[in-house]
Amino acid sequence: MKRIPLLYTAQGWVVLGMFALIVLIILPTLNLVVSADHPLYVSGYIINLFGKIMCYMMVALAMDLIWGYTGILSLGHGVFFALGGYAMGMYLMRMIGREGQYQSLLPDFMVFLDWKEYPWYWSFTEHFFYALSLVVLVPGVLAFVFGYFAFRSRIKGVYFSIITQALTFAFMLLFFRNNTGFGGNNGFTDFKWILGFRITDPQTKAALFMITGLTLILALLICRYIVKSKLGRVLTAIRDAESRVMFSGYDPLPYKLFVWTFSAVLCGIAGALYVPQVGIINPSEMSPANSIEIAIWTAVGGRGTLVGALVGAALVNLAKSWFTVAMPEYWLYVLGSLFIAVTLFMPQGVVGLLKKRERLKPAELSPTERSNTVSPKVKLANESVT
Amino acid sequence: MKTFRSWLWLLFIAPMSAWALDAELLKGLASDENDVKIATIGKLSDAGDVAAIPALQALFDGALFLTSQGKLVIVAGDAAVDAVNATAIDPVPSDLVSIDINNRVRRELNAALAALKLSAPERAVRLASAKQLQADADAGSLLGIERVLATEQDAEVKEILVLAKAQINLKNADPKVRFGAVKELAATSNPNVKTLLAAMFVKKPDGSFVEPDSAVRLAAIDLLNDIQGRLARLELASHAFNGLSLGSVLLLAALGLAITFGLMGIINMAHGELLMIGAYATFVVQTIFRQHFPASFDWYLAAAVPVAFLATAMVGMALERGVIRLLYGRPLETLLCTWGISLILIQVVRATFGAQNVEVSNPSWMSGGVNFSSGLTLPYNRIVIICFAVVVVALVWFLLNKTRLGLFVRAVTQNRTMADCVGVPTGKIDMWTFGLGSGIAGLGGVALSQIGNVGPELGQSYIVDSFMVVVLGGVGQLAGTVIAAIGLGEVNKFLEPYAGAVMAKILVLVFIILFIQKRPQGLFALKGRSAEALA
Repeated sequence: MKRIPLLYTAQGWVVLGMFALIVLIILPTLNLVVSADHPLYVSGYIINLFGKIMCYMMVALAMDLIWGYTGILSLGHGVFFALGGYAMGMYLMRMIGREGQYQSLLPDFMVFLDWKEYPWYWSFTEHFFYALSLVVLVPGVLAFVFGYFAFRSRIKGVYFSIITQALTFAFMLLFFRNNTGFGGNNGFTDFKWILGFRITDPQTKAALFMITGLTLILALLICRYIVKSKLGRVLTAIRDAESRVMFSGYDPLPYKLFVWTFSAVLCGIAGALYVPQVGIINPSEMSPANSIEIAIWTAVGGRGTLVGALVGAALVNLAKSWFTVAMPEYWLYVLGSLFIAVTLFMPQGVVGLLKKRERLKPAELSPTERSNTVSPKVKLANESVT
Repeated sequence: MKTFRSWLWLLFIAPMSAWALDAELLKGLASDENDVKIATIGKLSDAGDVAAIPALQALFDGALFLTSQGKLVIVAGDAAVDAVNATAIDPVPSDLVSIDINNRVRRELNAALAALKLSAPERAVRLASAKQLQADADAGSLLGIERVLATEQDAEVKEILVLAKAQINLKNADPKVRFGAVKELAATSNPNVKTLLAAMFVKKPDGSFVEPDSAVRLAAIDLLNDIQGRLARLELASHAFNGLSLGSVLLLAALGLAITFGLMGIINMAHGELLMIGAYATFVVQTIFRQHFPASFDWYLAAAVPVAFLATAMVGMALERGVIRLLYGRPLETLLCTWGISLILIQVVRATFGAQNVEVSNPSWMSGGVNFSSGLTLPYNRIVIICFAVVVVALVWFLLNKTRLGLFVRAVTQNRTMADCVGVPTGKIDMWTFGLGSGIAGLGGVALSQIGNVGPELGQSYIVDSFMVVVLGGVGQLAGTVIAAIGLGEVNKFLEPYAGAVMAKILVLVFIILFIQKRPQGLFALKGRSAEALA
């Protein structure tokens, strides 16, 4: 615990504190206390949007851990996010009670399918804490099992990316089926209550926003703790030269498996916070396109920096919510160009650009930056040693 | 030809044969006694004379009248015809007496008409009457059926008649006749046989079977088993064909990727969009043909194939030179970058052609299908796509293994540095290879446009499948890709009846994920030096 203050410099802690202040106190106050016609009033829309973006930031953090630090590009993080969301959604669906269209205890889509009772996997989901444990367990177990087999067979690089993509695709198809029991196409929506509070109340929304903010800060600190620890060092080493790590006597499997599972759980938590704020979860969250987009958030901000992931997720999503309203037809051009520009011209992302401007001494460069100074050819040679 | 024959019949044969009608015999129809009428109908039917049809039909319709001179006249509207020799009678006689018939006569008439119509020269008339006979299955028509069976040439009519005959014989009191009927049924492949046989095993209220004789029942059981087996084989064959068809679609979608990803190791996430561009190129060619060469519209595909190939090959080469070249050795970055390109391509197509699906129609020679007598239908468009896939694979194989370009491609993929040293222009070869792979994707797009929707999202739905095929087949192996594609298609189609279409697809994906864990190198692993170069 002594090491926690060492996670960031004093300056870093101040920035983090300011962020916490804004998210936990100022914004909710401006939303709830200040009257609607006051110039400083923050609308529910903004709270909602920022809450959503903070969930995405958490996902980007998870992606940065696994991709930025460990070098494993997952194209399946959307699945973990959506699974967490669905776990929370099950609880929220249960809380609708008889307020649905058909006044049945069952969700509307089950009435529609003429089901008489909840399928077995819905049991106990009316208990909040059981649902919370599902939020962690379902993505965690899935990631653990999938990761165990994949890493054990030493599936690496693009192969891993492709099969994670197949995984999300399979899950998306599965959840699109009506008979899977998760509402098919429409997913879950029309939530009414959470823990006895009306989900549409501004107070509930502000509370959810604050919880999201708090979780995000905690997640950032834990991630920072992980990457600063010896474990984090090994992860970076695995990214840069896995075979050398093995020659040095480390077995990469548990390291990869840990960070992979942790990353998935983080996504699940983000998904669980996302669903009550956005009010809907459907299988399109699992589409391969969504998962790839997560990678670009991280890449835009700068891989292997954690802060970069946060900045990237925030920037891309703010741009997205602005574009999809102002000129929706151009958003895909922007997003596509972002993918190309970031990979071609700014592999360090925004944070990398800022750092370059500050002219840091080489010793203080983050591990990624150092590795990226190694030319691709040399890197290729390293890889082929395996 | 058919119309000509029926004209011939109307003009010559019908009036001529009408002479053959026995006026005395025909008079029996006008008898007051219903028994005499029935006997007459039976005689006319047994004589098998087509010329009796108009008179019988008229009797049935209530259009047959008796004049005071005892002449039989057929009246239709305000015209009258002599029933014996079909000559017109003008003016219509005023002293007409109608001929009444009861239900018993009507039944006999029906059977006789059906039996007589079996001799009609038009296939459609014969078929309809055979079907009617089979539905009624009346013992009275047996003789007529047997007579026609001896001369009937058309397979379909014959089959129904055999069925009708057996159906009638199955009701015969003599077990031997029933036994014979079961044996005869074995010759047909009509699906109705199954219900016919199954009806024999229904238990009556007193516990006995509808069919009392055990020998007949045994024969029926044997036949039933036979039929079940035949249907199962038929189903198997249709699954196999559907699987082959799906497999060839997957193959066409994935073949381009087998070159760009399999041989060159480039993760081209925009591959699906190249398929889409191929499909849209087909659409454009189709539109041009429709507007400017409507006469040769059926052959627009022949023009679409090279156009699609060139269009996608150009896009591919531009991509390779412009973007991908800068990212060699950084596969994950290539993946993200090409994904970005795919998003832009989708939006460009959406802005140009609209977000809705466009309509690409099959040329007329591709609609319809080959029918087999056993009930299996193979659609032409599927067959064409299978053949197209074979041709494309053969072409790619030839290009890679028998041409100088192919030699260079293989040299560069096996050892880039060495190839460079001996003077292979590796940069250019990269461009050409990528162009080739993209062009093949365009050909895949042409095929996809013929069987599915063409819209901006077309590529997205194939990208995962394409990668699965290549990864499963093992990179760098054309044979692996072919086998993986066909195998996945077959597995998918054989799973579908049990699990449903979506679940089958999920199961296949899960299977691939598991398979890759077990065998990361895919079905066919490269051995030796080239394997190291790709690892």
